[in-house]
Amino acid sequence: MAWARRHLIRMRDLSAADIQQVLDTAVACKDIFGRDVKKLPTLRGQVMVNLFYEPSTRTRTSFELAGKWMSADVVNISVPASSVVKGESLTDTARTLAALGADIVVIRHPSAGAPALLARTIGAAVINAGDGMHEHPTQALLDLFTIREAKGHVAGLHVAIVGDILHSRVARSNIWGLRTLGARITVVGPPTLIPPGLEQLGVAVSHDLDQVLPEVDVVNILRIQRERQHTALIPSLREYTRRFGLTRERLDLLRPDALILHPGPANLGVEIVQEAVDDPRARVHDQVTNGVAVRMAVLFLLMGGRGNAMAA
Amino acid sequence: MDPSQGIDEVLDVLVADGHVAALGKDLDEAGETVDCTGHVVAPGFIDLRADLGEPGREQAETIGSGTRAAAAGGFTAVCVWAGPEAVIDDAGWVSFVRERARREGVVRVYPLAAITKGGRGDELTEMGELKDAGAVALWDGPRAIARAGVLRRALEYARLWELPVVVHCEDADLAGPGVMHEGFHATVHGLPGVPAAAEEIVVARDLLLAELTGARLHIAHVSTAGSVALIRAAKARGVAVTTDVTPHHLVWTDADVEPDDAHWRLRPPLRTAADAAALIEGLRDGTIDCIATDHSPCTLEEKQVEFDRARPGIIGLETALPLLVTRVVAAGQLSLGEVIARLSHHPARALGLPGGTLAPGSPADLTVIDLNTERVYDPAQGWSRSRNTPLAGWRLQGWPVATMVGGRWVVREGRVMA
Repeated sequence: MAWARRHLIRMRDLSAADIQQVLDTAVACKDIFGRDVKKLPTLRGQVMVNLFYEPSTRTRTSFELAGKWMSADVVNISVPASSVVKGESLTDTARTLAALGADIVVIRHPSAGAPALLARTIGAAVINAGDGMHEHPTQALLDLFTIREAKGHVAGLHVAIVGDILHSRVARSNIWGLRTLGARITVVGPPTLIPPGLEQLGVAVSHDLDQVLPEVDVVNILRIQRERQHTALIPSLREYTRRFGLTRERLDLLRPDALILHPGPANLGVEIVQEAVDDPRARVHDQVTNGVAVRMAVLFLLMGGRGNAMAA
Repeated sequence: MDPSQGIDEVLDVLVADGHVAALGKDLDEAGETVDCTGHVVAPGFIDLRADLGEPGREQAETIGSGTRAAAAGGFTAVCVWAGPEAVIDDAGWVSFVRERARREGVVRVYPLAAITKGGRGDELTEMGELKDAGAVALWDGPRAIARAGVLRRALEYARLWELPVVVHCEDADLAGPGVMHEGFHATVHGLPGVPAAAEEIVVARDLLLAELTGARLHIAHVSTAGSVALIRAAKARGVAVTTDVTPHHLVWTDADVEPDDAHWRLRPPLRTAADAAALIEGLRDGTIDCIATDHSPCTLEEKQVEFDRARPGIIGLETALPLLVTRVVAAGQLSLGEVIARLSHHPARALGLPGGTLAPGSPADLTVIDLNTERVYDPAQGWSRSRNTPLAGWRLQGWPVATMVGGRWVVREGRVMA
């Protein structure tokens, strides 16, 4: 079945069938991890540009590997935020990339809506690798993949997302994806870090992690930005950890079959402790591996019909 | 149709020496006769706030292009400023605007001048000099004077010169980096929000200061239900305040905002459907006096960028009436007469300007409206130098077809003559 989408901008647009198709495709992609030669010919001759307006090691590397294992020619462009302010506009950059023959543009940008603007401007397939506080769809897809891999399904599970929901694109994309697949969602964090209107999405809001933890099948711990304590959103990291951190004591509240996720990079000792990352219930390292598989699947589906067929 | 006199009938308008000489049936036909059968003849509209780009942003608009856009939209007078960068805080700049208007303008131009020096919100401008040079009201642009004590003194001092003080109500700290209304849609789009309280806190403060000083306060672009309630209560206890709202805040809400299209970035932001309903109700019961365009021309470079980097604002002079007719009048929210009053008579009264009426003896400023012809709007075909509006491609009706300023036709058959 062909994927009808040209771009991957937001999880909000994806149907349950769309998501399942990515996850199913990612299973096949993950198979090649065990091979000696990690290479598929799918994107041979295709130019993939990683256009990063924010520093990122994990996501950029993950996309780069996904592209390379599928034989795309991968170009990395890092644009420091300062040069955006004075220099070239996004639409200008987009036209330059089009002129250079980019087939796929993976964009990370501090402004919400930038990938959609880019998609309107150029013919290449655009993949959102995180835009402002808006969405980070491939992160949500890899989280869903990881959950499905461990649990066999997503529908009916109760998932807690803990931390800075207000500023988190990971939270928003996860909410859309989990909701579409039929999971139950509770977000947990201090009132200053919870945006308004989540109830309209069917999301429960809690400020009490201790009460929520025993009830959930999955807990997804978000990274807390250290800067937040200077903007009157939280008084200190210490108080945050006391109330919302996944501490050693709180591990005992989690069910034995629960999963612990974290999109990384973790502030160890702040939102999550080392013991939680090392806990057998944690899937943090699987998430990294699955990220490459899911991104390969997205590349394959977006370029469907244009690239070479997926080799088994 | 002249709401200022309660007239809505088929009549002749006799114009002589630049003034309305008479209204009546079968008037003397000596001289030129213009047949307006089937159209509505109304007092020329008066816009309380349009950015016409001069001085400083001539790439976006000039007094020449902006007054032509105004005339095409049925406006015979505009209160002008030039965007937040150009602070008209001394008499020389007021004279400059008037001189440019005399040379290039095709409708009446009333300069707005700053309340505080540099628009910085700490020292008062020389209000008497500004008034003598031709300023009709004081306005610091889209920044609220942060210090209540400074605004208090400004209101007191402006009384001396009988100058209305026009204020933008927004608490800068609460608004923060916000670019759209704080709520469900901002959460979904991941855009920083401006809560309604950012406006309402300053509306409440400014109403209290108007009450304290007895000065003439005018609140620009009211956008929230809470502000309407505060203003209604203040008017009920006799505070001398007038207010306006833009057409955009009446017809659109935060649900319309497209985060990849910066044309939807306005200041104040589009609010909720409940807010828009409260604004309509405020217009009906007189809490909100006027409709103002907030015409804010922006270049392509300023709008074809990420939403949070875009300059806020949309152009509105040419589409104000058709948008109101197509959306507000057609929906029965306001009658055509109520809309016309809020575009003509009420703005004249709010800032003490001439016009806004067809009463015999008043200047022959009038606009002729074709209520029936539907047209697809194309900003590229408009008179403004800028095209920043989400209305491109919309089917609208209620287009002004002729505009007369001081007895002289400036627009005929939809075309600007000068």
